[in-house]
Amino acid sequence: MKKFGKALYIGLIFLFLYLPIFTLVLLSFNDSKTPSSTWRGFTLKWFAEIFSREEWIEALINTLVIGLLAAGIATVIGVAASVGIMAISRRQRIVILQLTNIPMVNAEIVTAISLVLGFALFGLSLSMGTILFAHICFCLPYVILNVMPKLRQTGNISYEAARDLGAGPVKAFFSVVLPDIMPGVVTGFLMSFTMSVDDFVITYFTRPVGINTLSTLIYSQQKVGLRTSMCALSTLIFLLVLLVLLVRMFLTGRAAADKSTNGGV
Amino acid sequence: MSDKRKFLASPYIVFILCGTVIPLLAVLYYALVDKDGNLTFSNLASIADPVHLKSLGLSLLLALICTVICLLLAFPLGLMLRKSGGKKGFIIFMLILPMWMNFLLRTIAWKILLQKNGFINVIFTSLGLGEIDILNTPSAVVLGLVYDFLPFMILPIYNVMVKIDNSLVEAAYDLGATPFKVVRDVILPMSMPGIISGITMTFVPAMTTFAISEILGGNKILLIGNVIELEFLHGGSRNVGSGLSMVMMFFILISMALLNKFDKNGEGTVV
Repeated sequence: MKKFGKALYIGLIFLFLYLPIFTLVLLSFNDSKTPSSTWRGFTLKWFAEIFSREEWIEALINTLVIGLLAAGIATVIGVAASVGIMAISRRQRIVILQLTNIPMVNAEIVTAISLVLGFALFGLSLSMGTILFAHICFCLPYVILNVMPKLRQTGNISYEAARDLGAGPVKAFFSVVLPDIMPGVVTGFLMSFTMSVDDFVITYFTRPVGINTLSTLIYSQQKVGLRTSMCALSTLIFLLVLLVLLVRMFLTGRAAADKSTNGGV
Repeated sequence: MSDKRKFLASPYIVFILCGTVIPLLAVLYYALVDKDGNLTFSNLASIADPVHLKSLGLSLLLALICTVICLLLAFPLGLMLRKSGGKKGFIIFMLILPMWMNFLLRTIAWKILLQKNGFINVIFTSLGLGEIDILNTPSAVVLGLVYDFLPFMILPIYNVMVKIDNSLVEAAYDLGATPFKVVRDVILPMSMPGIISGITMTFVPAMTTFAISEILGGNKILLIGNVIELEFLHGGSRNVGSGLSMVMMFFILISMALLNKFDKNGEGTVV
């Protein structure tokens, strides 16, 4: 009985989290131009319509390009910064780490308007570049917070051993330190990419008129009436991501299983 | 030995300065001047405008309700999932997965679910619970807030709870503690860091959102985020927008300070 109550509770929470997702997936197959709660029959035409809408494809490409560039650049700068931060004095380190926390705890809308005012201060007009800069800024903390703990775990020993054995600092980093911190680097990159793709508020403020990501496009659409094909597009993305993640989970799961059986022998 | 590696941090320091420190100082500057650049306190004082004051109060109230509900939902869930250590990766995966559907769309989905002839009402009427009509009311906004930010409460709480050494819990049972006492005196204090970061990650975005209130409140619910967005982007004044942002930040900082005080108390009882 107690076990049943527990399963019911967990099930209800996850039902709550996934109900809108089931809804959106179902709606994208509904034969109705705007998302509606009445079922009018099954159709695939909204998936076909996606590709006839140039601005949507443009927004999708913008979203992916900004996401990849922001996550990639943030990862490079963030990993370099983490190595650097470990080498500076304790007091300076604390100051930098506290500043690193600001974009994470600050209200998004305040970060967004601060960036807009900052760009104005430097005389920059809003462009694709300002969106990218803003995204790098809010991605950086995710990289650093994932990489720093791994660096701390690894410590300096393996790096110094490599140096003693004659490796240059660059070689020592790439062949000894980087493989050790790789899980943190990958997590930092993936979190950054997810945050960038899902971001609405900061893009909405730092974009110029005429450039949209999927988020800002959805926002401006919902004011005039969302089309069902937008649900179809998001369903497509969601299912694609789900597939990639499942394959990845399956592969790492197998790798882990192999490892544990090898360890047993 | 002078460590040259520290220079690797310099590009990041440029980003901190240009992307965080200077922009935040710019907000402060804009908040304290009028459009001709003269010092003024009228931007900050514009919070006293009844409409602004009401929206600030409503934001604080709804964010508080949302945070409490999220905490009440997430803490028991953490307790139940605590011993599922082996499935940790899967549980985190399940909590993060919804984020791959755009959050605006997920919120719009709630709007559709909550419609008069929507799914929720079909379920409610078939269960004999009567119709619910909460769309465009504060209740719908709270529902949207809880929905969007619940994972941010669950994740940190779950993350600290799976790390709790179960032998401590068993020791407490062996020494005769009741389940309630185990939760209150052993698990709760050790979960405090996760609870605190969960509260931060829920309260701040809930208090400052403008999209959720617009979608589920149907322009009838004006939160402080909506006011700032209107001032900043739709024909208002950037200076007033900055001033209101500063006032909002002030309230967030007060809330965080209260929370930190609570955190120290929590840590004190652990030691």
